[in-house]
Amino acid sequence: MTMEFHPVAQALAAALLLVGAFFLLVGSIGLARLPDFFMRIHAPTKASTLGIGSFLLASMLLSATQGRAGFAELLITLFVFVTAPVSANMMAQAALHLMVPAKMPPPDDAVPERRP
Amino acid sequence: MNLNPLPLALDIALGMVALAFALCAWRLVRGPSPIDRVLAVDTLYINAVALVVLLGIRQQKPVLFEAALIMAMLGFVSTVALARYLTRGDVIE
Repeated sequence: MTMEFHPVAQALAAALLLVGAFFLLVGSIGLARLPDFFMRIHAPTKASTLGIGSFLLASMLLSATQGRAGFAELLITLFVFVTAPVSANMMAQAALHLMVPAKMPPPDDAVPERRP
Repeated sequence: MNLNPLPLALDIALGMVALAFALCAWRLVRGPSPIDRVLAVDTLYINAVALVVLLGIRQQKPVLFEAALIMAMLGFVSTVALARYLTRGDVIE
């Protein structure tokens, strides 16, 4: 593994990598540990998006110091940030349709499908 | 002495992503409802994209970032198709 980067860029990229890995791990812990589906869907869709954005920021920083524009990284970031809420919304709709049991009662202004 | 934090950070990040994979796989096996399993597959796709990005930083190969982009697209399409299937009973009406 030969890596010749600017030392400041290297330290910044290392910090960004650690932050991103922390957020990915937090999202997966939430997915494994939270009590019902409507709580579980919160953890990975937000924390994992932030984690992957941090990874790609570190990668763009490292490739910018070598004079290579990270175009694919930028595209991945945009794509993940746009599609993560859409897929989460789809999964929540499917869970409402399947009447997945929730630990807490729905609020009074919930969508009519949830009413018993 | 040349103190180089990047390889150490890459190794620690790889370990944390591997742990995240294990937790997602546990939810995929255990998940009480089908939609829990779909959510676990979606999170597994996101973790796999992160793993390929880490590999691309480690080996300095731009091809791996394009592979990660394709994996992100496939993950989105498969999640939407599975959620549609569970909602409507059919992917394309």
